[in-house]
Amino acid sequence: MNNFETLIPTLGVITDVRIDTPDIKTFRVVTPDGKKAFDHRPGQCAMLSIPGVGEAMFSITSSPTNEEYMEFSIKKCGCVTDWLHQAEVGQQITIRGPYGRPFPVDDVFAGHNMLFIAGGVGLAPLRSVINYCRHYRDRYGDIDIVYGSRSKDDLLDYQEIIEEWSKDAGVNVHLTIDNAQEGWDGHVGFVPHYVKELNFDTNKIAVLCGPPIMIKFTLDGLVELGFDKKNVYTTLELRMKCGVGKCGRCNVGAKYVCKDGPVFRCDEIDELPSEY
Amino acid sequence: MRKCKAEKLNDIFALIAQDMTLYLPVDTEGGAAFTKWNENVKYSESLNTVRSPKDFFFPQTENLMAFKTEGKNIEIIDTRSETEDFAVFGVRACDTKSFDVLDRVFLSDPVDSYYANRREHGVIISVACTRPSETCFCTAFDIDATSPQGDISVWKTETDVYFEANTEKGAALMEKLSALTEDCDNTAVESAKESTKAILSRLPLKDLKLSAFGGGKTMELFENEAWDELSQSCLGCGTCTFVCPTCQCYDIKDFNTGNSVVRFRCWDSCMYSDFTKMAHGNNRLTQKERFRQRFMHKLVYYPENNDGLFSCVGCGRCLAKCPISMNIVKVIKKIGGKTNE
Amino acid sequence: MQKITREQLIDKASKLLSNGTVSCVLGWKLGDFDYDVTPAVFNTVEELNEGFVFNDFCGANFSKYLVAKTGKVDGKILVFLKPCDTYSFNQLLTEHRFDREKVYAVGIPCEGMADIAKVKAICGEGVLAIGTDGEKMTVATLYSDEPALIDAKDVLAERCENCKSKKHVAYDELLGEEGDVIESNRFDEVAKLEAMSADERFAFWQNELSRCIRCNACRDACPACTCEKCVFDNPTSGVENKSPANSFEEKLFHIIRAYHVAGRCTDCGECSRVCPQNIPLHLLNRKFIKDMNEFYGEYQAGAEVGMRAPLVDYTTEDLEPGEVFDRRDTDA
Repeated sequence: MNNFETLIPTLGVITDVRIDTPDIKTFRVVTPDGKKAFDHRPGQCAMLSIPGVGEAMFSITSSPTNEEYMEFSIKKCGCVTDWLHQAEVGQQITIRGPYGRPFPVDDVFAGHNMLFIAGGVGLAPLRSVINYCRHYRDRYGDIDIVYGSRSKDDLLDYQEIIEEWSKDAGVNVHLTIDNAQEGWDGHVGFVPHYVKELNFDTNKIAVLCGPPIMIKFTLDGLVELGFDKKNVYTTLELRMKCGVGKCGRCNVGAKYVCKDGPVFRCDEIDELPSEY
Repeated sequence: MRKCKAEKLNDIFALIAQDMTLYLPVDTEGGAAFTKWNENVKYSESLNTVRSPKDFFFPQTENLMAFKTEGKNIEIIDTRSETEDFAVFGVRACDTKSFDVLDRVFLSDPVDSYYANRREHGVIISVACTRPSETCFCTAFDIDATSPQGDISVWKTETDVYFEANTEKGAALMEKLSALTEDCDNTAVESAKESTKAILSRLPLKDLKLSAFGGGKTMELFENEAWDELSQSCLGCGTCTFVCPTCQCYDIKDFNTGNSVVRFRCWDSCMYSDFTKMAHGNNRLTQKERFRQRFMHKLVYYPENNDGLFSCVGCGRCLAKCPISMNIVKVIKKIGGKTNE
Repeated sequence: MQKITREQLIDKASKLLSNGTVSCVLGWKLGDFDYDVTPAVFNTVEELNEGFVFNDFCGANFSKYLVAKTGKVDGKILVFLKPCDTYSFNQLLTEHRFDREKVYAVGIPCEGMADIAKVKAICGEGVLAIGTDGEKMTVATLYSDEPALIDAKDVLAERCENCKSKKHVAYDELLGEEGDVIESNRFDEVAKLEAMSADERFAFWQNELSRCIRCNACRDACPACTCEKCVFDNPTSGVENKSPANSFEEKLFHIIRAYHVAGRCTDCGECSRVCPQNIPLHLLNRKFIKDMNEFYGEYQAGAEVGMRAPLVDYTTEDLEPGEVFDRRDTDA
């Protein structure tokens, strides 16, 4: 019998839980002997589960350049995530992966100016690629990051953004929140509007991640600014069970989000039926 | 080619069953069903079983693994074990072809070890059709009902049973049956094939054309307005999916037995309302979208990913079993349009 | 076998469409074979002439379709109802599942519908054409030069063999002659089950239900199963529609369903008609009906709109639970 079976997970241990926003926590996961469960590429995902509760796919938030652990920023919105949100440090979970097509960081992105645009928990998958680009800073041109959320409290990784990202040379961070609030002197407004206001030069590769409505309007805005959809990447999210293109539920047309995605070029998405 | 007298068939079954579990179609209250052979069961001559033989490799429910939890700790238990050898006698040409369709899903990288294990240990003994039904349309998929593939092909005439091994596995089993069979030429088989072919050429669905379908047709067919009419009475049940030999979508669920958690896999259906339901949304909210998914998958998406092979073998089970008599043939005719007129 | 013809129904439907009484017609559409009939909505006279059919295979009960369809159309829907369908129609109205004002119901007589499985059991596979000639049916197959001539009554669907009523209990207009409620033998099969020992009965259902593939066709076709969200579709219920985790669960599904429709099931027989595994599911429901008749007096769900079913209606004459318990003892 073939010994390897992708559906059988390995053990993971939660070694740190960070409360990011009122409904997002970031979990640090290693194997019981303190190692990374597996190597991954930016944009790839992993199946996390709690036996008896369920299994669900999450994007790996940490960069592959982190040799010590993996991190997952998870928004509370269903059975598995509810359970994870009440888990404590030391809790074991199961993990399997990595799954999916990553961002083409080493070929297509290399040598280019990068524009990352995220909304809400959409920063989770982008954090992996942003930190990868920051790690190999000399391989990429200027990096612009536009990130927005409902309020200041809902901005994910705020400390890291302020204390690390915005201090890097050649990295410009543009934060925005939906409504003005006390203690916020930054930009106020929705991400798609802000992107248009910032009036980016099109000499960049853009990567979008966020709620479908944000992606739609931001993409329209980028196209108006003159961006070619071939230079705009995004991620899709659909219900998954197997993670390897067999269980049959995450397809959009002939493409399976779990294995042909989650990363898609926007011109590739135009070739798919609008069923996502 | 080897042969034996028709009345010796039960001896053949007994000899096969010495070494492995043998399954064959038997008539039941619910129609023909693959059943474990023993001296008292009678081989059904019916054209097809109600449930397809996909169960042998992709059972309706199977346990994948187990977990024990204690406090914050989890123990993962690999419950897999080597399958015992088994043989399935009486698989028709269409169903035999369905294994090819399933193989491309489960044996492609990463290999599904549960399926692969059963596939390695199963011997398929397929039997040529002699009395196809009006619901048969395997010809549309270039399947020759008179020359079924499989590890061993079998032809039955009134007086004799003919065997031909197609694979090493089949040859090994034929070797074991050598005492009960004798060498022969293929004259009788060829003549049996000819008479079946004459019937095949008179089947009402023989002219079904698939030229409108295949890889690359997604955008052209997705918005076809006929989906509304075709799906308007669909009950959203899973009958077509579950009797289909090539439908292979599955769900993975956990079951708490009290002292451990068993993670099992079971058949699922894209016709079900919660198939794509996530905590924060569902990308197929209407039965039309779900109905379209099933047929687009079989006729466009699957061929696009699998060298043009359709994920339908024309067995006709959905024609016979759909509660509202809606089926893939109607979809092919309606959407395929002029090519079928 | 049917006394009313396709042409009569098309004629009626065309008139009602043309004079604006209805905006569409819920009817049966012919497919590739004479027994291959699909419920469909017809919007024009042309569509009716092209595809509308009425023959011995028009078994589908349209009542449940009204729940979904009435919400979607402007104007009224014309629905043709066989006598047994009218009971489901009334029961759904009792439960406020569709707007009566959106429906124009035409009652049509029914001589009993045929079961293609029974036709094939007699004539074999390869059925090319089925014709009717009074009490006889002609069946042409791939394997005989001459069509077989069979008695229509030999291929009646089980539920029609045990037809409980030729009388329509709801309609706006009636075509053909009205019939009567029939003294049927429909409880005979239940009596046989009751005569079994508990072990025999358990073995009977074990065997029958072991074939269940959880396709949910019985539930989805059942006019009494109209919950907007079924517990078996609820992912958090732990019993959602998939395959059973163990052999107990498939029984759980059918038994829960039988309990849920008890008192509301009109015994239309759709559950058994659509079961791909030929499980006699209607016997579960019929057992409840028989019990209710015996415990609380004769009751036919759907006989009138607005009736209170025995299980949700308290009277001082109601059977004491203890009596039911005693009966269970003597049963076993």
